[in-house]
Amino acid sequence: MAHVAEHEAPPRGARADAAGGIAITCRGLGVRFFTERRSVTALSGIDLDVQRGELLTLLGPSGCGKSTLLRTIADLMRPSAGEITVLGGSAEAARRRRAIGFVFQDPALLPWRTALQNVGLPLEIADGARHAGSVTPAELLELVGLKGWEHAYPHELSGGMRQRVAIARALVGDPTILLMDEPFGAVDEITRDRLNEELRRIWRETGTTILFVTHSIYEAAYLGQRVLVLAANPGRVREIVRVALPDERTLDVRETGAFVEIAAYLRRVLETC
Amino acid sequence: MSTPNLTVSAQAGALVDPEAVAWLTARARERWRRRTLPALGLIGLVVLWWALVAGLDVKPFIAPSPVLVAQTIAAKWSLLLQNLVPTTLEAVGGFLVGNLAAILLATVFVHSKAIQEAFFPIAVMINTIPVVAKAPILVLLMGNGMEPKITIAALICFFPTLVNMVRGLESVNPQSMELMRVLSASKREVFFKLRLFNSLPYLFSALKIATSTSVIGAVVGEWIGSTKGIGALIIQATYNFDSALLYAAVIMSSCLAGAFFLLVTLLERLVVRWQPANVH
Repeated sequence: MAHVAEHEAPPRGARADAAGGIAITCRGLGVRFFTERRSVTALSGIDLDVQRGELLTLLGPSGCGKSTLLRTIADLMRPSAGEITVLGGSAEAARRRRAIGFVFQDPALLPWRTALQNVGLPLEIADGARHAGSVTPAELLELVGLKGWEHAYPHELSGGMRQRVAIARALVGDPTILLMDEPFGAVDEITRDRLNEELRRIWRETGTTILFVTHSIYEAAYLGQRVLVLAANPGRVREIVRVALPDERTLDVRETGAFVEIAAYLRRVLETC
Repeated sequence: MSTPNLTVSAQAGALVDPEAVAWLTARARERWRRRTLPALGLIGLVVLWWALVAGLDVKPFIAPSPVLVAQTIAAKWSLLLQNLVPTTLEAVGGFLVGNLAAILLATVFVHSKAIQEAFFPIAVMINTIPVVAKAPILVLLMGNGMEPKITIAALICFFPTLVNMVRGLESVNPQSMELMRVLSASKREVFFKLRLFNSLPYLFSALKIATSTSVIGAVVGEWIGSTKGIGALIIQATYNFDSALLYAAVIMSSCLAGAFFLLVTLLERLVVRWQPANVH
């Protein structure tokens, strides 16, 4: 994979501070929405640093602003207060040079395109071929385990397979940051386990910085190096929990005492949100 | 299913597998049913028509028997065909002009809310005027040639396509829109990569309606001071109490609309290929 070749010492986990530096910084970030009847403070006073190559999971009750935070980083929303820095510049600049990949809860595949054509979409848009990166759409489909399905249309794929296509599409052009907004919320538990394992493998192979929103404690603890727990009304950082598990982990890790302890701790923190 | 069975079906195809054979037979029967039942219905209707005319002894100038109509179609085939040509040209011309205008206006509407809000009510108002009222206005304005007929056919196609096209262009999955924004897509790219494809199933629904309405528009246009076309033939036949010719002309225009509908349905199947089979 390109990223592995690029960074001889892949900036990951504890080594990130030294090798990669900071990917995302939020200082006093606030986002408000207005409707005819009221205004909602979705986020308030968010301070956050995400290291390059880190896998951070965002956990919290519904309405705590997890998605809003992700959308603000992707420049899909403008903050109403505070500052946000993405890869040393503005969120908009990062979006414009295709440094950000986004995976939505809905795979949002275009039904008239085959799996391969969906993955290739970013290359056709906004001078996308210039940001092609080193991995072809076909190779990305192989990376997400869909070799042989290149010419299938979305309606011929299962929910889990569609979400894999969406992940492959988000990886086009080697984005430095991958933002995932509850991507596995609509797939069954067995598929979700497998996708979680594959996501960790992809993360290790590509060295991409990943922010992953979920409302599953187990998903948050299994995937993340750190878990950002958000509280609701207004959305704010409740606690950032470091997951003391080895970076090389399989799903079996969820049966270890350390994992159970972390999950129990996260549950207690969530109860105070 | 046992393992030997699986191997057999893998080797010799589905032919040996009794369940697959049963399924294929059922599907073949279903297809046959779908083709024969409409034909049987049509034959039944013609027989009923014939029985009523013959049984009640209806005079030929009030309603002809299907036999007489068939004889008339055979005898006056060249006259009918001669009049079908201008009607076909007007209907197809109106279909193309009206739908193209609707597609272009829908594109403008989607890109400018202000224009949409200003002109959509006007489009609705024009649509409320009945065709029979629009026709004389247009004949006065444009004379007695093909132009007013094409215009009427175009106007009658225009509105359903406009409404459907606007809806198709706007009803894009919001997450697909966000994806386009993440990719920094321009408005043009959003239109050509996303909105246009999204609108195609909606557009074809409207086009299928327009096939029959464009023929109706052309025929109604020919009612007013025209000497050729199926519409003119209908008027002449009515004034001459030639009910057999009247019915023959009506059948010709129905066949024209039906053929047009089939053509557009075929085109839809060629263009909109991404939908699951059960949608068709």
